[in-house]
Amino acid sequence: MSVDVSAHSYWIGYKTILIKEVTRILRIWPQTLIPPVITMTLYFVIFGSIIGRRVGEMGGIDYMEFIVPGLIMLSVITNSYGNITSSFFGAKFGKHIEELLISPLPPWIILTGYVSGALFRALSVGFLVWLVAGFFSGFFMHNAVVTISILVMTAVVFALGGFINAIYAQKFDDIAIIPTFVLQPMTYLGGVFFSVGLLPGLWEQVALGNPILYMVNALRYGMLGITDVSLGLAYFMIVLFGTILGGVALYLLKRGTGLRT
Amino acid sequence: MNALEVRDLRKVYRNDVVALRGVNLEVAEGDFFALLGPNGAGKSTLIGIVSSLVNATSGEARVFGISVQKERSRAMAQIGLVPQEVNFNQFEKPFDIVVNQGGYYGVPRRQARERAEYYLKKLSLWDKAFGPSRQLSGGMKRRLMIARAMVHEPKLLILDEPTAGVDIEIRRSMWKFISEINEAGTTVILTTHYLEEAENLCRNVAIIDHGGIIENTSVKALLGKLQVETFVLDLREPIETLPEVDGIEIVRRDASTLEASIPKSRSLNRLFRVLEEQGVEVISMRNKANRLEELFMRLVGIDEEAA
Repeated sequence: MSVDVSAHSYWIGYKTILIKEVTRILRIWPQTLIPPVITMTLYFVIFGSIIGRRVGEMGGIDYMEFIVPGLIMLSVITNSYGNITSSFFGAKFGKHIEELLISPLPPWIILTGYVSGALFRALSVGFLVWLVAGFFSGFFMHNAVVTISILVMTAVVFALGGFINAIYAQKFDDIAIIPTFVLQPMTYLGGVFFSVGLLPGLWEQVALGNPILYMVNALRYGMLGITDVSLGLAYFMIVLFGTILGGVALYLLKRGTGLRT
Repeated sequence: MNALEVRDLRKVYRNDVVALRGVNLEVAEGDFFALLGPNGAGKSTLIGIVSSLVNATSGEARVFGISVQKERSRAMAQIGLVPQEVNFNQFEKPFDIVVNQGGYYGVPRRQARERAEYYLKKLSLWDKAFGPSRQLSGGMKRRLMIARAMVHEPKLLILDEPTAGVDIEIRRSMWKFISEINEAGTTVILTTHYLEEAENLCRNVAIIDHGGIIENTSVKALLGKLQVETFVLDLREPIETLPEVDGIEIVRRDASTLEASIPKSRSLNRLFRVLEEQGVEVISMRNKANRLEELFMRLVGIDEEAA
């Protein structure tokens, strides 16, 4: 009769959320995994192959290779954020989030489960984009530890951001505004297609205020061995944002903002 | 030990609506308990607080002695909830919905699968277990939510209008299933609009109105308070003059149907004797409303004509 709460029961709860998320992502793979790969293929064809041939080199390396880390980061960020907003807000909108809210699972397990689901999708898409990039520019890896750690940490940061967005969202429009009007411009201006050193003085300083610039450059270091910013500063920025967003997400979930009346 | 104890529970929503005004309630372990009240009385808010979906403004709810406010996780592990509205992912299969819910309560996946099969079979849903749940009928969806609430085998099962909109055959099979669960030791709290359901199933009852408990007793004791019962009499022939019986209020519903309100102190024999003397032949008789329903309407002051 009845169950009691323990670390083991929490572990089962976490695995259940993750299995449910992974099943959802794989069930609707034409919506979750394929579109970003097609979009990135077009980027490689247009910016890398057609325009890139005229650009030549950037930062001392071939332009096609230069844009690969940025495009992988772009797909990781948008898929991590998009997965958690659509999944968590969908559960809230359909009221099946109540299945979790009435369960014994504490907020941090619910958050970890959803973030892990977003991480799965972000890294799956990132891997597929990396395979596509390999077709155009060959495979290269300067430092695998930096590459993987930056990708994982960045995906976690944006999953946390997406989670907060989903908590406050009242309608589907509310989860589309930030990716369209904030994330995409910040990612494009975060040095995906150019080296920040090419910007004129004031704009270079403005660009350095963009946290995504540090993530893109840290990944570029991991894959190509070049960066416009300090790697230590990049890790610091990611950990800082992760800690703040994680703290806010947990606080909101515990308080029941947007979930409990 | 009480399965549920509620002390001075208050809930004031942000729009200043006072849903609960210091509710006190106890439900004994093993009880089959009815929580009745008109729409907007505070039933769902009370259930929401007990199941942690609603934050209380003040006061405390304890489930088997565990505070919902202070030890939410431990308290929630004791409860299974069947909500009023469908709240599962309709894109998922019934089997997965039940198994996943077990996982949220720490039931190992293999065991959750076995239990899901058991409860889905028990609730006649096994043949639908692997199809899309959005294609289930209303009654099937409600039964699925009962299976989902039972997968972790809770000590307290709360059902918020589980049979609303369900046809009589399915309703009776659900009653049988819930009664079996109760007989096996699970405490059951039921809210319902079908007072016949509460009268047939429940041992104890609380009536909530305007955010406060106005009656909390056994169903038997409550029915004992029914001082006047109203019967509908179908006559063989239409009558022109309304019969008069001392101490019994008779009104005409139509030319060949009467309503007789009879105090408990008066005998039905007397009514029939007078009717026979006046040449009025009764061919059938029934309660105007279920007995509990009649009492309920008087307690909460619902106008019977409007109801």
